[in-house]
Amino acid sequence: MTCTLRIFRGEQGKQYWEEFEVHLSPHLNIIAALMGIQERPINKKQKKVAPVVWEQGCLEEVCGSCSMLINGRPRQACTALIDNLIQASGSTTITLAPLSKFPLMRDLVVNRDSMFENLKKVRAWIDVDDSYDRGFGPKISPQVQEAMYILSTCMTCGCCTEACPQVNAHSTFMGPAPISQVRLFNANPTGKLQAETRLRPLMQKEGLSGCGNAQNCAKVCPKNIPLTESIAVMGRELGKQALKDLSRPSDA
Amino acid sequence: MATKKVIVVGGGLAGLSAAMKLAEKGCFVKLVSVTKVKRSHSVCAQGGINAAMNLKGEDDSPLIHAYDTIKGGDFLADQPPVLEMCLAAPAIIRMLDRFGCPFNRTLEGNLDFRRFGGTLYNRTAFCGASTGQQLLYSLDEQVRRYEAKGLVEKFENHEFMRLVLDDEGRARGIIYMDLFNMKLEVMKGDAVVFGTGGPGLIFKKSTNSTFCTGAANGRLYMQGMYYANGEFIQIHPTAIPGNDKLRLISESSRGEGGRIWVYGDATKSITTPEGKTIPCGRTDEPWYFLEELYPAFGNLVPRDIASREILRIIELGLGVNGESQVYLDVTHLSKDQQHKIESVLDIYRKFTGEDPHKVPMKIFPAVHYSMGGAWADWPAADDPDRWTRYRHMTNLPGCFNIGESESGYHGANRLGANSLISCIFSGLVAGVEIPRYIDSLSSSFETAPPNIYLEALAKEEAFKHDLLTREGPENVHRLHDELAEVMVANVTTKRNNKDLQYTMDKIKEIRERYKNISLDDRGSTLNQTYTFANQFAPMLELALVMTKGALLRNEFRGSHYKPEFPERDDEHWLKTTMARYEPEEPDIFYRPIDLRHLKPVKRDYAKAKKIKPTLEHIPTNIQLPI
Repeated sequence: MTCTLRIFRGEQGKQYWEEFEVHLSPHLNIIAALMGIQERPINKKQKKVAPVVWEQGCLEEVCGSCSMLINGRPRQACTALIDNLIQASGSTTITLAPLSKFPLMRDLVVNRDSMFENLKKVRAWIDVDDSYDRGFGPKISPQVQEAMYILSTCMTCGCCTEACPQVNAHSTFMGPAPISQVRLFNANPTGKLQAETRLRPLMQKEGLSGCGNAQNCAKVCPKNIPLTESIAVMGRELGKQALKDLSRPSDA
Repeated sequence: MATKKVIVVGGGLAGLSAAMKLAEKGCFVKLVSVTKVKRSHSVCAQGGINAAMNLKGEDDSPLIHAYDTIKGGDFLADQPPVLEMCLAAPAIIRMLDRFGCPFNRTLEGNLDFRRFGGTLYNRTAFCGASTGQQLLYSLDEQVRRYEAKGLVEKFENHEFMRLVLDDEGRARGIIYMDLFNMKLEVMKGDAVVFGTGGPGLIFKKSTNSTFCTGAANGRLYMQGMYYANGEFIQIHPTAIPGNDKLRLISESSRGEGGRIWVYGDATKSITTPEGKTIPCGRTDEPWYFLEELYPAFGNLVPRDIASREILRIIELGLGVNGESQVYLDVTHLSKDQQHKIESVLDIYRKFTGEDPHKVPMKIFPAVHYSMGGAWADWPAADDPDRWTRYRHMTNLPGCFNIGESESGYHGANRLGANSLISCIFSGLVAGVEIPRYIDSLSSSFETAPPNIYLEALAKEEAFKHDLLTREGPENVHRLHDELAEVMVANVTTKRNNKDLQYTMDKIKEIRERYKNISLDDRGSTLNQTYTFANQFAPMLELALVMTKGALLRNEFRGSHYKPEFPERDDEHWLKTTMARYEPEEPDIFYRPIDLRHLKPVKRDYAKAKKIKPTLEHIPTNIQLPI
């Protein structure tokens, strides 16, 4: 049994489709198939070509490296088992393409720097005084911990950004991930002390107002992070902040 | 005073801890990583981080943690760094708690703890079953804060290639490569610290991320850095076999109550650790062999022991369906217990299609961790030369090494949940020691002769040109397969001298054939074939270090098991293996072990009880790096 990997590859302005034949084995995932192509880079026309390049890391869906479009859907390639893909689509041809909302580097690799820049913009950290021993942090209930843990599993993989129709060439919307990170840090009892500094960037034009409520983000998140809920919660917080701002005497 | 400029290579827990501490101390840090630091292999650590905080009313203490760690490592570790790590561990957990790391909680809102292997105490703090990911994110966030302040500059998707040494042999910078455009560049600094992780890729398939080639350490070794205890490779007992990697099923699944079993066969027999012969359970009934063989620790014996016993059971023909696999069963656990390990159960489900809530998982041991690594110095707190030496500095002055790529804490076997604490602790130590080292220098890199950088760069340019123009018939990926095949067969759970000698010869043969590779990609954009071919040279050298160390060490200690020599031999082998690079094969010599706190005792896990160990000669002037 074989399947065909149809890969959209090449560099900016010079992209093309190329097909490779892959022998199936139980539980074969896209990464293992790509590794086979790397070792023996011969396409379906039996022509030797440059090996396909892609990003990978943990191969257990916890590092966020191997995001790509698989049959058009943004996801991690490591957990994409070929049997399941064939079953779901009814076709033995599987398409792989690089994420389209980020600058293309080559083949399946894109540059996701912008996602990390956004984490800086929204100050996605706890402002501790230093790393010296100042005792425990605040007590937190298991329920709150559980909620924060889920938000904190975001791998900055870019799937939500890719799926969001509001992230496009005509908009500066930062996408759902950093907004959800603000929710995480503003839920922490220490993080709350600086909540406003994280809300401000969300009031800018690249912030929360860019969301069009398409709700694609939560559907594609490999960690099932409730991104649309995060956006709704932060929307309410921004509303409260706006009221506070109105009642606050101006600096002038 | 001028700002101290430090290069940190590696952005996992160790590198980020060092970068954070250095920035806090006012240094300017350049952080080099082959990937986005947030994607580093530390994210794969699942079960937890050890700290004897005694929040479970068990009378636990850092001294018992130190005792367990030293004994778990079969007395191969120098003891002063282990002691200080265990003393610092509770403060490190409190620090991470303040950083917002989402540790699991008790109903009162305090940190919760679970049990891990090689101890009888609940001393493992955890975040579900993705603790490494959460700890890494907490440190990543703090480092990003310093990055926003301009104290840290990141060079992600860049790879360390060569250390630049000045005429006195001091580290003054590195040559690194941009992994997008393959350009080689010079980076200058007055100290370089490496936290570049383990060498799992030498075995090709392991529980490691694909970044973990060991190449950085291999390159340093080829430049004269001593590599210690290379033969001690941890085989984790419970992983899911796979085509591309062997995915870890956390020890926390047993910490929460998971049990390992196979169907028994009373017609077969097995020898217990005490030398009794017993039947292999009852025929066709589940046989919980670790519980029967090790009544005191049961499923939570140290990893080396669990892996060997699983192999023994499989060699007796008792593997599930006659294959190389045994059951790891969590189906009997309560919903709450299962929920605490949900992320690993999820991995199992995603990759096998079976639901471990309902059916037992099928697992097999896998290469997991290197106890060995760079040798680094550790003057103890009360040593007279404490303040003229530098902790975590290698034998190359100004070159420091931390985390899994260093060898200091785990001896012959690492206990579960001790890696995360050793990574963070060693990173913090480096963050304190490096500024002190730079203060001791009489000149900075700024006055170093420019030719030291140019010559180092020229060497790397020459090797790059060489690799890209090789025209032989060999394929580097297939050579990698061949290397992995002999390494997995001969340098893992069970070793013998004949096969180890064969492995030495085979690695050298591969090294010869490597001269005749040709690359399928010769381009200058994201050329991963070239990147790997370049890494493969130092990987081969480290493979020789591991194999030769194993060949020479004629005893059984921790993860190093040689049936020809079935006993620990303290008289001849209570010493650290040190490897020095020679082009033909490693030059091996030995160093005595610092045993000042605890005399070696028998490593018993069948009968041991909770005891209050006495550690001798504890310094009164210990200054923790936190």
